[in-house]
This record gives sequence, C-alpha cells and structure tokens, in this order.
Amino acid sequence: MTAGGPQAAAAAAGTTSRAQRPTPGDGGATAAEVPLYAKREAIYQKEIQGPFQRLRAVTLFVLAGIFLVGPWLRWGERQAVWLDVPARKFHLFGLTFWPQDFIFLSWLLIIAAFSLFFFTALAGRLWCGYACPQTVWTKFFMWIEWLTEGDRNQRIRLDRGPWTREKILRKAAKHAGWLALAVVVGTTFVGYFLPIRDLLPRIASLQLGAGEWVFLAAASLALYGDAGWMREQICIYACPYARFQGAMFDQSTLTVFYDRGRGEPRGHRSRSADYRALGLGECIDCGLCVHVCPTGIDIRDGTQYQCIGCAACIDACDQVMDEMGYPRGLVRYTTEEALAGQPTRILRPRLVAYGAVLAVMVTVFAWALWHRVPLAVDVLRDRARLYRQTADGAVENVYTLKIMNKDQRTHAFAIGVEPADRFVLDGPRDVTVAAGAIVDVPVRVRRPAESEAPPSARVTFSVRAVDAPALLVREESRFLGPRPPGT
Amino acid sequence: MSAGWSWFVIVLTLGAIGACVWLMLWARTTRVGEPGPREALGGDFDGIDELNTPLPRWWLGLFIGTIVFSLGYLLLYPGLGRFPGLLGWTSTGQHARAVEDFERTYGPIYARFAAMPLEALARDPAAIAIGQRLFANNCSMCHGSDARGGIGYPDLTDGVWKWGGTPDHIEKSILDGREGLMPPFVAAVGEDHVPAVVAYVQSLSGQRVDPALAAAGEAKFKTVCVACHGMDGKGNIALGAPDLTDQEWLYGSSAEAIAEGIRKGRHGVMPAHRDLLGVERAHLVAAYVYSLSASQSAPPPPQELSALGPRS
Repeated sequence: MTAGGPQAAAAAAGTTSRAQRPTPGDGGATAAEVPLYAKREAIYQKEIQGPFQRLRAVTLFVLAGIFLVGPWLRWGERQAVWLDVPARKFHLFGLTFWPQDFIFLSWLLIIAAFSLFFFTALAGRLWCGYACPQTVWTKFFMWIEWLTEGDRNQRIRLDRGPWTREKILRKAAKHAGWLALAVVVGTTFVGYFLPIRDLLPRIASLQLGAGEWVFLAAASLALYGDAGWMREQICIYACPYARFQGAMFDQSTLTVFYDRGRGEPRGHRSRSADYRALGLGECIDCGLCVHVCPTGIDIRDGTQYQCIGCAACIDACDQVMDEMGYPRGLVRYTTEEALAGQPTRILRPRLVAYGAVLAVMVTVFAWALWHRVPLAVDVLRDRARLYRQTADGAVENVYTLKIMNKDQRTHAFAIGVEPADRFVLDGPRDVTVAAGAIVDVPVRVRRPAESEAPPSARVTFSVRAVDAPALLVREESRFLGPRPPGT
Repeated sequence: MSAGWSWFVIVLTLGAIGACVWLMLWARTTRVGEPGPREALGGDFDGIDELNTPLPRWWLGLFIGTIVFSLGYLLLYPGLGRFPGLLGWTSTGQHARAVEDFERTYGPIYARFAAMPLEALARDPAAIAIGQRLFANNCSMCHGSDARGGIGYPDLTDGVWKWGGTPDHIEKSILDGREGLMPPFVAAVGEDHVPAVVAYVQSLSGQRVDPALAAAGEAKFKTVCVACHGMDGKGNIALGAPDLTDQEWLYGSSAEAIAEGIRKGRHGVMPAHRDLLGVERAHLVAAYVYSLSASQSAPPPPQELSALGPRS
C-alpha cells in the first residue's frame, strides 16, 4: 500500500499508482485494434446477512419510508411538504419559502456539503453505502431480483440457460416487480410537486395533462432504468460525489480495508489444517467478498474508487472467519495508519475543522430560520415624476408598496412612514393580505411646506401586522424634493 | 437569409456533425502500436499513471443518441439554413399560440366584465383589482401609481374632467386618446396685455389679484379666450378646454405658469389605447379610473391577487 494522498488521488482520478501498475512491459503496445468501449459485465451479487447489512436494511427502510410517507402528511389545509413550482412556493410544514428565501437553500446545500466532508473524512463513503437514494432503491430492486430469480448461483444459471417457461416467468415477475416499485416511487416523487391526494384520483381517472404524464413516466422509468439496469455504472461512471469523496480520505479515515498482512499469502486449506505450517495467511481465497460486492470489485486489491463502502464484504468475510474458527476482522473498518501498525488519531485537526464549520453553519441556519420574518415588502418609487408640488407648498412622492404575506394566515397590516415629524402618509394605512398573497398598495408621502428637508432625504416605510407585532418589516427608500431656494 | 449564407450554415452544421461521427468511430478502438486497454498512456503525474481505461459501451450509445437527436431536430425544426423544418415551427407561431392559450384562459373573465356597465364594474372588487393592475402597468407612468398625475398629466381622482367624467367619456378617452391643444395667443392678446389676462384668469378661481389689473384683462379674455373657455370660463369638454374657475390646474396656477400657457400655448396628448390594451381591458381600466373619482377619495383598498383565481 502506498501513502494515502497519492493513492486517494489515484482512486479519485480512476487511475492507479505506479505500485499497482499492471505488469509493465507486458504488451505495452497493441498489435491489433482493441475496442475502447467495454461491455458491462453483469454482476451477480450474492445476498448476505450480517450486522452491517442489518444496519443498512434499517437505514434503507427508514429513508425509503420517510420518502414514501412524506407527501401524505398534512399541515392544516395543505400538504405538509409541497414544492409548488408553478406558484414558486415551497411549503415545508409550518414554513413557506418564496424565491426571495433562496439564501436558505444555499445554506442548506453548504451544510450538506460540509456534512459530506465531515462524514467522509471520518468513515469514508458512509453516504454512498448507507444513505444515497441510488443505494436505497438499488438495494430494493436487488431484493425483488432475489425474490424472483433467486440468489447468485441460481441467477447465473438462469441467465446462461435456455429460454424456458420458468425463465420467462421469473424474468417477467422480476420486471413487473421492478416496474411496480418504480411507479410507486416515481408517483411519490411527483407527489411532492403535485399534491398527491389530488394526483392519485386524477391518475386513476386518466385526467392528467400531457406534461404531467411525461413527468410521471420520466420519474418512474428513470428509477427502473437506474436501479434495475444501471446500478453501479452510475456510481462508477456518472456520479461526481463518488469521485471527489476519494480526495477527502486520508490515512486516518475509517474505511473498509482488507488486512493484507494478516490474510496473505491467501490459499485454500482444510479447516483442520495448520495454515501457518502451510505457509498461508488467514484468507482462504473463497471469493465470497467478491461475490457479495454490489460493484463487483475485489476488496483485497486495496481501496478502490468503485467501493461504495457498503461493508457487505465485511459481513461475508466475518462469516467465513467464524466458520474457520479464525478471529473476525480480516476485512474490517480500519485506517491506513492502523494497518501499517501506526497509532491512529480519529480526532485530527481536519475532522475538527470540518466539524466546527458544520456546527457553525447549522447554528446560523437554525438561528436564521427561527428569526425568519414571513413578511416581505418591496418599495417601488414612481420614477416618471421625481416629486409633485401642491398649491400649499407641500411636496409629494408616490410609491408602490408590494406587501408579501409569507405567513400561514391572513393578517391586517398597518403601514407607517418615518421619520414621522417630517413626513405624512396619504392613502391606505391598513391593508389586509391573505396568506401567501401579494398586494400592491400605491401610497403617497407628503412633506408639509413647513417641514425642512434636503432635496434627497431617507424615508422609511414600516409594515407591521396588527395582530402580530413581531411581523414587522422596515424598508428604506428616498424622498425627493426641489432644492430650497437660494442653493 | 441569402442562399449563400444558407448553404454556409448547412455545410458548417452537417460538417460538424459528420466530424463528430468520424471522431467517435475513430476513437472507438485503440490504434495498432498504441497502449492497449488499461495500460499506461505515458507521462508522469506525481507518480500517477494515466491508463487507457475503456469507457462503458452504453456511453457510446449516449454519443450515438445525441447525434441521432441532433439530426432529428434538424429535420423537424428550422436549423439548416433556410430549410424550415418538417414541423413548420416558428417563434412567431409559438408566440401566437401562447397568446391564444392566454385568451382561452382569461378571455372568459374579460368577456364577463365586458358585458357589464362601468357603474356596476366600479363596485365589483374583482374587476377593480384587475383594473388597478392594468392601470399600474399601462397608465401609472404618466398618471402616477396613485393616479394623481402631475404637471401636464391630469389627476384622475379629483372629479375634475377636461374631457368629461361620465363612464362613456372616460372610456372614450382611454380607447381613442385625447389631444388637448391651446395655441399660442401672444399675438392675439398682445404681450403688453398678458399680465392683465393672467390676473383675470387667476381671479376666476378666486385667487387674490390686483382688481384693477384683472378688470383690464377681462375685455381681452372675453374677446379671445371665450371661444374655447366660455364666457364664464368654465371650459368646454368637447374641446378639452379646462374649467378655469376650479382649483385644479394641469400646468400650475401661478402667474408664471398661466402666462406661459397664454404666450406659448399648451399641447397635451393622451395616446389611444384601443390597440394597445384592447377594448375589454380598456373597459376594466375605465372602471377603475371611474371608481377613483366616483368615491372622491384615495384609491379603494387594494384587492388580493389570490382572490382572482388563475395567476396572471
């Protein structure tokens, strides 16, 4: 094994370090044309039980459950989680986000990014192995495959065998199951955008618009193709996160490792044999770790960019070790330092720094969300005429206030203008705005003749909910008037 | 587009696609004598080798798919010089369809309002809300967001109408526009007499002036100005001649402003909105404008957008 830096970079770049270079000089130049587009090799993943797979099953079911239940939750009169794109309003339980709240989405993405950094530096590709939707749905599809076509060996036999009645039935059952799950998940996905309690009856009565059918079909078929057919191809060739997570590993990152020192030289032996006397390590070369790998790699070749950190090989190898009577952990979560016999410090500056930034971002986000005022006011000054002078010497400026009530209920708002000793507000002072509505209010601000002011003065509008004093927004604008005589 | 440019575009477009196809086919396999799949391509990058790693074959499918898509697109839509495409799509046609869709959605709403008389519309909150927004988008540039106008642009809320304030008058002003023209009268009045006429005009609306000067101006007013403004100075809505006895002055009530009007004349134009707004929208704007002075006060409380059904 080489040092983590270059190796990690190599993993990220899809290249290999010089130490792992495949036998140099061995036909370094081709004598004939060889295809540079490789056919996908089918992966027949063996189903495996074990503590890590049980943990994965829990996270997968919890996450899939949250996703599937999400659109059915209610909040008052509406769907609790509803991304209403045509109206540009994103409802999230008691909150409604408008396009003006985009900053919250940016913060959320920053938090997500630092979480990824933190957890990847801590224990490798936890996201890929346990939480990524790709992993979740692929695993569900694999279970359907397992139910209909059997485990690895049966599937290999089935695929190699002729098209019998049983093969057709099993394949048909598998694809029917895949499609059914894909439609359920795809419909649920669409249900976050089009209220699902309204969507389902419309699907049942075939009353969707053309665009909605396309949306529904695209969401469902994308999942069918992805979790059924593409699987690890997405992780290996399409996913950017898979690649750049490799650059966040270091020598102290907990990752799925094969303990080369303990396992090599690998070889078959009988259970009763004294392998040390045979000159062998503890790896019996059964190949089970390869058979259970969803991306079809051999963990014994070292850390690879294809490894999604699902720990299936750990569960598989531990079973074999138990059977052989060897200690567990030939394949285990460990660090490169520990494998090299050096002390490992999990709590290293890099992790602390990621954690600190993450904590700060989460705190700021929570604080901002808590103090978010669900009211916005835009002040648009009439531009065509700078000001208006009345017969009695007063100066008037006209503004349009756009009052956006982002709250969940209707409010009456009181409009005020400051400084009150200089300006007088003409026009409506009380405006009722329904929940989620925008109202344009033309207002006129008058500066009486006796009031002294510079040609350009600051004027502040305050809009306050009559029944909720915390719902207050102040918005500044300019008040223009003529130059005082003699200047 | 001339035939020469058309062929230039066609050759360039198809040539580029052909070059992509050639490149794709050429790079499909290794060349004889080059590093084979998964062998080092050479070059040293901090001890890391770049390998000649094959792409998955479905990736080749994506390349072919994009080329097929582009050829299909060029066949169906205009893209190859002057070839219009089999679907006959045009951007103006798409705009026309969008307008049609809009009319289908909102047409019935406007049609319902178009059948109602202005007096009734002025009391309909939904109609007033639409009218207010049309006013904000089309009229407020000159008349102000509060419809109170300014120098040269009439105040629509004060109940004073140079061209008449009945619903029919207002609607006609919006649809066909108005042109208010007061010619320069310095020659007819005589420069020496201008201050006297100004004083008389000011006296009509009760301003404090030198009575002797005003009396001197009265004779000139009654020979020159009465033709339009009338013997009593109350104007004439058929000509748009303003009433000089009220407190509303389009160009100001100061002696200087009135004198300038007499010397140089005034010319105000309200453009016709029949073609800009359409009759049905103009009807709603007229209802809103009528409602402003019918209540003789500030604009009524604005209505909520959400009360209007479909978003506009």
